[in-house]
Amino acid sequence: MGERAKTGLSIAAAVIAGGAFAILFLELEAQWAVAVLAAATVAGLAAFRFSGANARIDRAAARHPRAAFALALATVAVVAAVLHEAHFALLMLATVALYTTTCFGLTLQFGHAGIVNFAGAAFFGIGCYATAILTTHTAIPHLLVIPLAGLVAALIGSILILPILRTRGHYAALITIAFGILFKTFLEVNDALGGPQGLKVPALDLFGWSFNDPIRIGEEFEGSFYLNYVILSVALAALAWVIVNRVEKSWLGLSFDAVRLDETAASVFGIDIARWKILAFSLGNLLAGMAGAVYAMMTGFIAPTSFTFGDSLILVSIVILGGLGNLLGVIPAALLLLVLPEKLQMIQEYRFLLYAVLVIAILLFRPHGLLPRRLRAYFPAKDAA
Amino acid sequence: MDLGLAGQFVLNGLMLGVIYAMVAVGFTLFFGVLDVIKFSHGDVVMAGAFVALATFIGLQVLGVESLLFIVIAVSVAALAAMAVLGALIARLLVLPLRNSPPLNTLLVTLMLGLALREAVRLFYPNGSNPKPFPALLPTEAFTFGSFTLRADSLILLLAGIAAIVLVHVLINRTRMGLAIRAVAQDPETARVMGVNFERVVMVTFALGSALAALAGVTNGLYYNEVNFGMGLLLGVIGFSAAVVGGLGNIYGAILGGFLFAGLQTLGAVWFSVPAYKDVFAFAAVILLMAWKPTGLIAEKSAERV
Repeated sequence: MGERAKTGLSIAAAVIAGGAFAILFLELEAQWAVAVLAAATVAGLAAFRFSGANARIDRAAARHPRAAFALALATVAVVAAVLHEAHFALLMLATVALYTTTCFGLTLQFGHAGIVNFAGAAFFGIGCYATAILTTHTAIPHLLVIPLAGLVAALIGSILILPILRTRGHYAALITIAFGILFKTFLEVNDALGGPQGLKVPALDLFGWSFNDPIRIGEEFEGSFYLNYVILSVALAALAWVIVNRVEKSWLGLSFDAVRLDETAASVFGIDIARWKILAFSLGNLLAGMAGAVYAMMTGFIAPTSFTFGDSLILVSIVILGGLGNLLGVIPAALLLLVLPEKLQMIQEYRFLLYAVLVIAILLFRPHGLLPRRLRAYFPAKDAA
Repeated sequence: MDLGLAGQFVLNGLMLGVIYAMVAVGFTLFFGVLDVIKFSHGDVVMAGAFVALATFIGLQVLGVESLLFIVIAVSVAALAAMAVLGALIARLLVLPLRNSPPLNTLLVTLMLGLALREAVRLFYPNGSNPKPFPALLPTEAFTFGSFTLRADSLILLLAGIAAIVLVHVLINRTRMGLAIRAVAQDPETARVMGVNFERVVMVTFALGSALAALAGVTNGLYYNEVNFGMGLLLGVIGFSAAVVGGLGNIYGAILGGFLFAGLQTLGAVWFSVPAYKDVFAFAAVILLMAWKPTGLIAEKSAERV
């Protein structure tokens, strides 16, 4: 078999396996089946690793990034099409896509530029509330509201820029922790923003077509209205991927890495630390805010309890578990952390306990996350050859 | 506002301050020896309170009458249990992760906090509801006009201050304390000088966690209620207090604890909606950090280039 065919085959195998897994994971209801799937996944991953398929897929994807990206999107499309009537599975899929978007932003912030952000859920929440206000009180087209909500999140985040630039390490962590708690408490006591009861958000309206109307194709195909939001959220996640991936590969990403690894050395080499930190922080918050906007329109209702410190911690866990700084790792980590608690219904009561133990175990035995970030390939063409 | 009411606010602020300071001292101790943040600290406070509650119920079943004995037994049980838990956390979770990124320690202990919270909710009988905590101290009140000073508040206040002073003496006047300070200053050199590094770390974690247990018991006795979720906010506040004061500095932690309590009290007085007190306190913390990036009593550090 030629090298080209092999490459194509390994990408195809990875994509099919991933898609089949996602469908099974989202669709299976019977608890024994979930357990079997979990066991099979562990076995499958081990087999993948030891047969060398892992490395081959990596190489293939590195050589053909566009093809891999397109295939991944196609897989999500197939998964969504297969599940087109399953409301809950589609809701989970859209939620995973939106959390992934937010986590791409967080990866940019502290995987790349080294700014720890423990208020991810707060910036997500700012996007939600900005959407609620903009859609109910203004006539701005809804599609435009999404980037506007992201801008609002980035603007509000800029309040924190001065303290973040001045502090480091654990001191910087406190700034965002304090902000996250402040934000949630503020929402709860502020009656203008609905207080603890929250606000209603109208469904996305695209040139007169409400997203809450299901897609119909002919007589047979009638999708759940969540299908619309799956398409939108996956598109947003893909956009975020492209942005963050491009940034990482560019000089910007190189500057971010320099700032994270050693601020003193970076400034000696003439890198403006403040500028890159501000850029990374604002861009990350922008992505979180945009994801929040779509989330608000999808659920139609937002309340302060969705944006607690605990939710920010879930976001941070996703980023670290995926492998700090590695974009690709975010996706399986988000799937694992968001869907697993929902799927562990058999142990309903004990699921958060198990989940905590699972994360502790992963951190003890795989301290660099599921898919650790690679060293930067300075000469991609040469390294791939 | 009349003087009596003002006094009431001050007393309440002091009480909160002692509780926060006890939690913050723990954070600062752990950071001192190992440069880590143990985020499960707030949940250790909560677990301490529940151990105390369980001990109290056990003693009642046994038919023990003497209140003094009960108070001592309850506190000793809580402190001992949490000291053991603290040492175990150090041994099993924090020390193995010494060489991985500092964020991992933070995340591991956060998850441990979640596990502790869930364990209490699930395994303590009817643990998901708030539990009444018995009033074990004498409740005689002295009244001066509109100001009421209850004996139990006074005892708790004094006990808390005594505990912090005791920890301070332990660190500054004993051999073990010397070892702890040595490890905090330079772990490598301390090892070379024959200090048992792992033991020192475990003792420090036991000490900090016992103090957290005392904070939990104090909290329970003062508010007469405990619930499984109380640890998260207490932990964050204790962390804020330790950071605002300056990590690694025990005076900083005490200062930070009282400062945070003062801010909350001021917030409660100034705003018509008392719930704004946390918004106010955390906003003030952010401003303080912008002004003094390494805390009020700055950590002495030189950067190696």
